[in-house]
Order: sequence, then C-alpha cells, then structure tokens
Amino acid sequence: MSSGVPGSGHSGGAEELRRRDFLTRLCLGLSLFAGLIVAVPFVGFLIAPLLERVVQVWRPVGTVDQFAVGTTSKVAFVDSSPLPWAGVVARTAAWLRRDGPAQFVAFSVNCTHLGCPVRWLQDAELFLCPCHGGVYYKDGTVAAGPPPRPLPRYPVRVRSGQVEILTSPLPVTTVR
Amino acid sequence: MDRLRRAWEVLDDRLGVSKTLGPVLRHPVPPSARWYYVLGSATLFAFIVQVVTGIALALMYIPSTNNAYQTLQFITHDAPFGRVLRGIHYWGASAMILLIGLHMARVFLMGAYKYPREANWLTGVVLFMVTIVIAFTGQLLRWDQTAVWTVAVTAEQAGRIPFIGGAVAHFLLAGDTWSGETLSRFYAFHVFFIPAIIFIFVGVHLWLVLHHGISEPPVAGRPVDPKTYRTWYHAMLEREGRPFWPDAAWRDVAFGVGIITAIVLLAVIVGPPELDRPPDPTLLNADPRPDWYLLWYFAALALIPPKLENAFMIFGPLLAAVVLLVIPFVSNRGERSSSRRPWAVASVGVVCLMIATLWIAGVRAPWSPDFSARLLPEQVVGTASGPVAVGARLFLDKGCEYCHTVAGHGGKRGPDLTYVGDRLSVDQMTWRILNGGTNMPAFANNITPQQLNDLIAFLKSRTRR
Repeated sequence: MSSGVPGSGHSGGAEELRRRDFLTRLCLGLSLFAGLIVAVPFVGFLIAPLLERVVQVWRPVGTVDQFAVGTTSKVAFVDSSPLPWAGVVARTAAWLRRDGPAQFVAFSVNCTHLGCPVRWLQDAELFLCPCHGGVYYKDGTVAAGPPPRPLPRYPVRVRSGQVEILTSPLPVTTVR
Repeated sequence: MDRLRRAWEVLDDRLGVSKTLGPVLRHPVPPSARWYYVLGSATLFAFIVQVVTGIALALMYIPSTNNAYQTLQFITHDAPFGRVLRGIHYWGASAMILLIGLHMARVFLMGAYKYPREANWLTGVVLFMVTIVIAFTGQLLRWDQTAVWTVAVTAEQAGRIPFIGGAVAHFLLAGDTWSGETLSRFYAFHVFFIPAIIFIFVGVHLWLVLHHGISEPPVAGRPVDPKTYRTWYHAMLEREGRPFWPDAAWRDVAFGVGIITAIVLLAVIVGPPELDRPPDPTLLNADPRPDWYLLWYFAALALIPPKLENAFMIFGPLLAAVVLLVIPFVSNRGERSSSRRPWAVASVGVVCLMIATLWIAGVRAPWSPDFSARLLPEQVVGTASGPVAVGARLFLDKGCEYCHTVAGHGGKRGPDLTYVGDRLSVDQMTWRILNGGTNMPAFANNITPQQLNDLIAFLKSRTRR
C-alpha cells in the first residue's frame, strides 16, 4: 500500500526512507554550509567598523597669537583618517578657549544631551544648544537644561607656536 | 480586439496566469467588508510608489558623503522631473506612515487581530516598525546639515543602550565619528536591508490574509470563540461571501488611486522639502529637527524629566514594541466590537492625544533658544538712551532674550518678562540674575555691578503702565 509519497510503495521502502532522510539532511547541511561561507565575510564587513582601531592624531588649528586670552573661538580640523571620498564630512570642529598665555581648553561642539551642535555666545559667555535648550558655562559645566554632563574636552597642546588638538571619537554619552 | 484576446489566451495558457492567480483574486470575502478595509492595500500602494520613485532617484543620487548633497541639489533643481520625483518620494513616505498607522488603529479597534489572525497582527507590527526606520533613514539620505546632525543625535541615543550602546553607536556611524562610510551605510539600510525585510513581511502578511480570510466587520454580542470561529466564518463565506475581485477590490483600487493622485499632486504643488545647508560639521549654526512623524518624540525628549531620560530613550520604544507584540497573546478571543471594548477605544484615543499634544509642542519647541533674537525695537524699550536702553542691549547680549519674551519678541523657554517690573522687586531680580534658577544660568561671574544695574533698570521698566 502506498503512503502517498512517490516511490515509497516499492520494495525496500524503509531503506528508501532512510535514503530520503539522508538526502534531506544533506541538502540542509549543504545549504547551511553555503550560507555560512557567504555570511562570514558579509557579517565581517558589516561590523568592520567595530573591529577597526581608533586612530588619534594631533591636528594644528592655528597659531597661539590667533586666539586672544579670555576668548572662545571655533576651530576646524580634519579627522584622524579621512577617507578619500569623505568630502566636507572629514572636517570637524571644536570650541577652543584660551585661559592664559599657554592655557587652552578645547570643548566638543556636541551637546551631551543628544549630540546637537552647541553655539557660543561671546558676551553671555554661554554655550547654547538649539535642540532642547541645554546651556553650558564657559568652562563647559552644565548651566541649565537637560544635558547630563559637561561638554567633553579634547586634549590640546602647544607645539612650536601652534595650537594642536588631538582628534577624538564623537563623544557619545553611554550608560553602564 | 479578437487578435489581442486570442494572443492573451495563448499567453495565459502557457503562463498559467489565470489558473494560478484567478482563485486567489476571486477568494470569497465577507460582503460587509467596505471602505474601512482599504487602508492596508493603500499602504502597499504607497510602498510600491516608494520603490518606483526610489529606483528612479537612485539613477542620479550618489551615496557618497562628498557628492550626495550636490546630486540631490541637481535632482531637485536641474534634472527633468527630479523635483516631482523627490516630492513623490517624500509625500509617499508621509502617506505610508499615516496609512499604516490608520490601518493598525482600524485593525485594533475592530479586534481583527484576534483568533485566528494573531500572526497577521505580528507581521503588521514588524512592518510598522521597519516603516518608521526606513522613513528615518530616508531623511538622513538628504545629507544636508540637518541630516548630518541627526546622525549625531541617532548615535547619541544608541549610546544610551546599557553596556553595548557605544558599540551600537560606532556601528551606526561606521566609525568613531562621521566618515565617508556613514552615508553609504545608511543608504544600504534604506535601499537594501529594510526594503528586503518589508518585501518578506508584506509577502507573509498577504499570505496570512489569504490563508485566514479577511476579518468580517465586528458585531456587538458576537464574540470570537476559537473553538467555533473557523467553522462559523467559512459557513458565512459559503452563504454570503463575495469574490474579492472585483466586488471588494474596486474599493481598494479606487482608494489607492486616490492616494497616489494626492501624493503626486502634493509633489507637484508643494514639492519636496528644500535641502538645508551643506553637510559640513564645522557649520554650527544648525537647528536639526526630525521630519513630522518623529517630531512628537523629539518633543518628548525635551519634556521628559532628565532623570528619566535614559530609561525613556531605551525602554520607551522597547515597551511600545512589546505592548504591540503582546496584544494578540493576551486578548485573542471575546468581543471584537469597539462598542464592547471601551478600554481599546480609550487607549487609541490616549495614544492619539499624546502624539498630537507632543507634536504641537514639537512644532512650537518653546524649550529651544530663539537664535533669531534681535535688539528690541525702541518703541518696546521706550527710550533710546540711558540705563533702560543700555539694559535692553544687555538683555540681548547676555542671552536673556534668547529664552525670555518681551512684548512678543524673544524666546519662550523662560517666563514672559513683558510685565516683570510689576511682579518682581529689585532684590528678587538681583538674586535671580546672580544665582540663576530652574533652567536659568547664574550670571554672578559674568556681569559687572554697572551692567546689573542697567539690566535691572530695563527689567523694572517692563510694567503695564
């Protein structure tokens, strides 16, 4: 009596079923193998940014004389390892404050609330965020609004009369 | 005509189109399934419009951080039909979000997610979520100033995920900051990854609609009983069912064509949103805002107490997703009629009210400083010289006007100071200016005694008299 499966009615049915079971498993195994050998480079490429080492380099942003003591200025510099097609996105900015003859502080332009660009009001000596109204004092500490922490600082140094900033990752507020 | 008909008959015989699709198209549907039922197909029509216009835009759009902005400018202002195509893509995305939201609300209110259509609901929820994501990534592909800063905002929010937030932000940025890889990554998400998910889930969703049949409009007092529903449903279809094509499908076609016409008309008349300034991260006079469908969430992030913010960012969307996914598991039987499910109606009403209220707040954004503030006009100040006039200048220079309104000028973040002279004494003003207050910076280290006197002279002059 036929079970309805083609070929299962002739003699050796049990062996035939074992063979079919084997072929089913073989097909599944081969498909899994093919999927894996394609998926490994695919996933690797997808998560490649996580595997890359963070590179930091010192970038000159101007001569010492360009920045008056007591002022805060916007400075622009190129990222640590810009790709050839990056265009203007390879550039980034920081707020550079000169507190003394050789004392400089560089602040990130990203609000610690949600990353929007903060603006500097010279006379008010405040940083203001346009998105949700975060306010920071001239030293980067939070003055008002939702920012959870002060403006991050970039390492800054003076070499041969040049002010240099160490390129750094986009400051993202994380939770542990 | 006869030749054409014969040609079609030969083609149909060889391809088996009618034999395969005929029964599917003519599957019986409840006779009372009317205009409420067109929202799902209209969402699909809008998606097809997005695919077609997206392919067309991809002919010119270059997903490179160096060229994307220029190619979009070219598409919008120079390429024949470019403006209309971008407009259709933009309004099509808006229509898709609106329609899928309405479709979900309709299905929920009519209890159509109940037995045996739980999986229809679950696949629909996934489609809703990926629709939001694809719309959001589309906004980023404009690659103007708003898009660049929105990427930063996205990374910042991803960073709040406990333990892995930094890695997720790194993954989204394709590096430790914006780079040449950032845009191409979002482009790949927008045109390959997410559409693939949508195609798969639309296929499953449609299959399930065919498999279980279109839910009949609910009747109060006729609850769903899993033991008897299928038998009853098929008997009802045997008795009263109408073929989907063309008895019910004409409404889907008519409504879908209406939606597509509206999208094209909006694209022609209103056009696409103008691009913001170039995507230069060193241009800091930016004011990034999400598109309309996420403006309510943008507002929520401004209004939520800071202590709850991290939890809200992570658990808010997570909770919403879990609630939507759990619905058919906790309520898959019983009454379907909304007249017998007051809590269902109330919950939809509350969600709509919450989104509408936050949306209005997001449009007004009173928490944002008014960077367009200018020196108050002389007729408002009341004089062009003396301490009051100097104080008015300080009111602008010290940033007060960015957050406070005087006679309709200035920001809305802080209290309206139009008549502050009537309600605060000199001592109270002095204390507040020097020490700050809730959401107000302290100026003790940044104001001279003379400046303080002038500023208070100006504020004291703000009276009704």
